[in-house]
Amino acid sequence: MIALLLRDLKLAFRAGGGFGLGLAFFLIVTVLVPFSVGPQSSLLSTIAPGILWLGALLACLLSLDRLLALDWEDGSLDLLATAPLPLESVVTIKALAHWLTTGLPLVLAAPFLGVLLNLPVPGYFWLVISLLIGTPAMSVIGTFGAALTVGLKRGGLLLSLLVLPLYVPTLIFGAEVARLGATGMETQTPLLMLAGITAATIALLPFASAAVLRINLR
Amino acid sequence: MSIAAKANALWEYANPRKFLATSERVMPFFWITSIACIVIGLVWGFFFTPDDYKQGSTVKIIYLHVPAALMAINCWLMMLATSLVWLVRRHHVSALAARAAAPVGIVMTLIALATGAIWGQPMWGTWWAWDPRLTSFLILFLFYLGYVALWEAIEDPDTAADLTSVLCLVGSVFAILSRYAVNFWNQGLHQGASVMRAAAITGTDTEEKVSNIYFYPLLLCIIGFVLLFIALVLYRTGTEIRARRIKALLARERVNG
Repeated sequence: MIALLLRDLKLAFRAGGGFGLGLAFFLIVTVLVPFSVGPQSSLLSTIAPGILWLGALLACLLSLDRLLALDWEDGSLDLLATAPLPLESVVTIKALAHWLTTGLPLVLAAPFLGVLLNLPVPGYFWLVISLLIGTPAMSVIGTFGAALTVGLKRGGLLLSLLVLPLYVPTLIFGAEVARLGATGMETQTPLLMLAGITAATIALLPFASAAVLRINLR
Repeated sequence: MSIAAKANALWEYANPRKFLATSERVMPFFWITSIACIVIGLVWGFFFTPDDYKQGSTVKIIYLHVPAALMAINCWLMMLATSLVWLVRRHHVSALAARAAAPVGIVMTLIALATGAIWGQPMWGTWWAWDPRLTSFLILFLFYLGYVALWEAIEDPDTAADLTSVLCLVGSVFAILSRYAVNFWNQGLHQGASVMRAAAITGTDTEEKVSNIYFYPLLLCIIGFVLLFIALVLYRTGTEIRARRIKALLARERVNG
């Protein structure tokens, strides 16, 4: 399992692309927002938590179609499926590798982009916490979407259509934590809900992803 | 007939031939009664019930809005049930019924959203509000779109049926989650369920129940929509079965010729 994780991480770092691309996309989305809504700092600081969450979510989405597609194309997915490792673990490792290469950098970059949007000072802590808890769910859900569309020629757009509705609860609770935190209010309820969703998706969704992958590899 | 025997008789409809024969026999009944119910219910509701003292004649959109919204949700539940049957027992008719129902569900969701907007404009002063009920219907609509798109994208019919079934199961869980998340996120304008509340019907509380004058034509419309839904799904499932047969015949011809 660790070998697989290391292999995925090495591929992500050496082949470039996925790793930096998500971050650059996150940066561009954040930079474009003031151009579209105007530069008033009061307005920007109101919408900053939501924009940063949405940007992170879209950046995460962008990298999903490479998650399994490359392994599908060169046939290593078939090898992994016939390996002694259960497919559920393979899928979980893939999601973990995706989170380490996409989710975690986004979490670390978010506070710096928060400066651009004039995020209120108490918001930084809650933004990082909510993203830290929420992004693993995005990776796991995204892995399910990638497994659904892995065999398709032009799966990218379909992948977004399938995955975005599944992101709704995570986005609602995550952005709520960041928003409440930025205005200095109590964040416990949405934070617990967000953590619950993340824990439940990590526990259950790999089974669905593996089942779907088996169907696609048939 | 015992219950077990009846259950077995139900599985016989997994045979497409038997399904087609029976559905063709019962379909005229569903078409005629559903259209009769809807026409009578709408005419009764539109012309023979008084205007509401607060809402005026706009209240009458209820005869389309409530049944459509009801069927939009029940259609997804039906797809969930047929998807489960497909995953467990591998009956092709079941998978095709789920596929046939999805566009009907989309149309029902759109009718509910559109009639709601038309009613909301004079009543709430806005076409759209990010109210929990409205929002969850919009999300339901997105789930339907994804489901249909996945069916269309995959060429192999069995793979498509498997994948969409799993999507339907996972989607159901997330749809329910979204419903509660959205509830938490924003308090709403939309009134609570007021058509069929047991407490209201038995009279233990009299507030916020749709009055009997409106209730009977509404009930007729709901029955009409349910029957219409059944008729449409039977019809569309028949079409799907025939399309599948044509494809099989063409494939056989290509092999032989």
